[in-house]
Amino acid sequence: MPPRTLFEKIWDAHVVAAPEGQSALLYIDLHLVHEVTSPQAFDGLRANGRAVRQPLRTVATVDHNIPTTPRGLPITDPIAAKQIEALQKNCLEFGVPLFDMDSADQGIVHIIGPELGITLPGMTIVCGDSHTSTHGAFGSLAFGIGTSEVEHVLATQCLPQNKPKTMQIHVRGKLAEGVTAKDLALGIIGRIGTDGATGYVVEYAGDAVRALSMEGRMTLCNMSIEAGARAGMIAPDETTFAYVNGRRFAPKGKAWEESVANWRSLASDPGAAFDRVIEIDAAALAPFVTWGTNPGMVVPVNARVPELKSFVQDADRRAAEQALAYMGLDPGTAIETIAVDRVFIGSCTNSRIEDLRAAARVAKGQHVNPKVRAMVVPGSQAIKRAAEQEGLHRIFLDAGFEWRESGCSMCLGMNPDILQPGERCASTSNRNFEGRQGRGGRTHLVSPMMAAAAAIAGHFTDIRKWQFN
Amino acid sequence: MQPFRKHTGLVVPLDKVNVDTDQIIPKQFLKRIERTGFGEFLFYDWRFSGDKNTGDFVLDAPRYAKASILVAGKNFGCGSSREHAVWALTDFGFQVVIASSFADIFANNSLKNGLLTVRLKEDQVAEIMRRSREIENYQLTVDLEALRVEDRQGFAATFAMDEFSRHCLLNGLDDIGLTLQRDSEIAAYEANHPVRAEMKTILAV
Repeated sequence: MPPRTLFEKIWDAHVVAAPEGQSALLYIDLHLVHEVTSPQAFDGLRANGRAVRQPLRTVATVDHNIPTTPRGLPITDPIAAKQIEALQKNCLEFGVPLFDMDSADQGIVHIIGPELGITLPGMTIVCGDSHTSTHGAFGSLAFGIGTSEVEHVLATQCLPQNKPKTMQIHVRGKLAEGVTAKDLALGIIGRIGTDGATGYVVEYAGDAVRALSMEGRMTLCNMSIEAGARAGMIAPDETTFAYVNGRRFAPKGKAWEESVANWRSLASDPGAAFDRVIEIDAAALAPFVTWGTNPGMVVPVNARVPELKSFVQDADRRAAEQALAYMGLDPGTAIETIAVDRVFIGSCTNSRIEDLRAAARVAKGQHVNPKVRAMVVPGSQAIKRAAEQEGLHRIFLDAGFEWRESGCSMCLGMNPDILQPGERCASTSNRNFEGRQGRGGRTHLVSPMMAAAAAIAGHFTDIRKWQFN
Repeated sequence: MQPFRKHTGLVVPLDKVNVDTDQIIPKQFLKRIERTGFGEFLFYDWRFSGDKNTGDFVLDAPRYAKASILVAGKNFGCGSSREHAVWALTDFGFQVVIASSFADIFANNSLKNGLLTVRLKEDQVAEIMRRSREIENYQLTVDLEALRVEDRQGFAATFAMDEFSRHCLLNGLDDIGLTLQRDSEIAAYEANHPVRAEMKTILAV
């Protein structure tokens, strides 16, 4: 057999049928479900008298809509409440396991899969959410799908798929102190653009990627979709196995030994060919801040908002002009002089324990600027408990941050956590699209450390110069 | 799904690149649990101030009122996987979107709903945009059988689409039904790949 990439090995192992002249039929090992993109899919099953083929390969939770205020309080938005009730009813009717509002394991769908040992290397994983790419950090093939495809997987546990192209992003060297996986992701998107990886599955490789923790790898793979990638993935290694080992639904005993042996064989073979290879020098990266209305509009924190004349293409220049008008920024403004009104530390990109530790290290013994409202939203109930055990919540609360219940929160503004028109936010989330965090809201994407520093300083500031207490 | 063979309709230009699905259908409308009724919220934040339609957005110009073909800049439909974006476009009356590139998930979602995404070269897209602005009641005919786009003023272009997607669109096929025809192959795969023992305890939690 010719040398194969990680992606090709997983793809080949999951092809159920490859009929002539049709897309390949791919088996789906794990289907994650949440309240927003599933109700119409379950309705489709009912309308056609179909069952969920594999309820034990299907796992649901509520995350997008739920308030991050204390769990005992009622949901005040009746439409959100209805959507959550629909999921509860659907899971009951179709026998799908649900980590509900009041579950000790509730959390953002892309946080709890890995946390519970449900996400494993070598799997095919889908979810009606574009940030499903997160799970690729474990060396799985994980991608977002629409609601019609959700219905397809519920009914058949399969998806017809055309084989995507492959891209390797090779990150050599070492990230500097204060430069995180988030900055690596933003640096990559800034370089290749928001459609730079459209049509490709990306494999991240190189020393800087190997050196990342699982949390960092999840952040990096999570943002793959922001470069347009079908999926992002990283070959599993000792870091991966150490993370998975002992988690509640991870294989145990003999099954564990066999699984690890199998996972070791997943790495791309030497000489395996990619359709495209991109080289990144980790040492050349800085902490990044987005200035515009997509994640590719990004510069280092010590740089300035670009001048319009720096854009070669007409369409790009007009897009930049529109973005700056929306963001209320002038070309040439130094990033470090931009003041923020709000700070959000959370989302499936950056709400894991390591993210909270990094932000707490910055916040320790400091105080949030009086003009800023800052919130920390752990990605899951388990992360919230772990953080509280370590006393991180004390550091945040003492510094004037809000400490909230788990959920998607202000990443997408489908719940009560939203920006008001014109408010400017330093956010650890993944999208700075117009209105994403609330209509008229202005989002700047940053790492957790950079967000915490902005909360305290009241404006963006270079974390590399921070005086830690 | 309705078969798509050939469509002639009025063209409206949306001269923006990287139009994301958050713009196509803002998140405040994703809480509906039906597939219908999204059209009135299409591009809401660009069309409405408060809850009043400003009339300033290109889709609301009287000359484009009956448009069924949208032509837009590169990377159309990027961002969130929300199929609601496609439902909003079809519910509004669109049958075709033309751009030089589309985000993958958006293109897949379109296919499942009979919305044809046509990829043309950037200069061809620019030419259609120009004509749709300059020519009153500018119409295009999109022929999926011939994989061809043409107007009455002499513009013509061909486009590519993978054979299976084209086949499904042309015949309005329910692809869940097609997959279910492979039940014995799926069952054979499952026999060799049983659900892990640990997952069998998940319903107990």
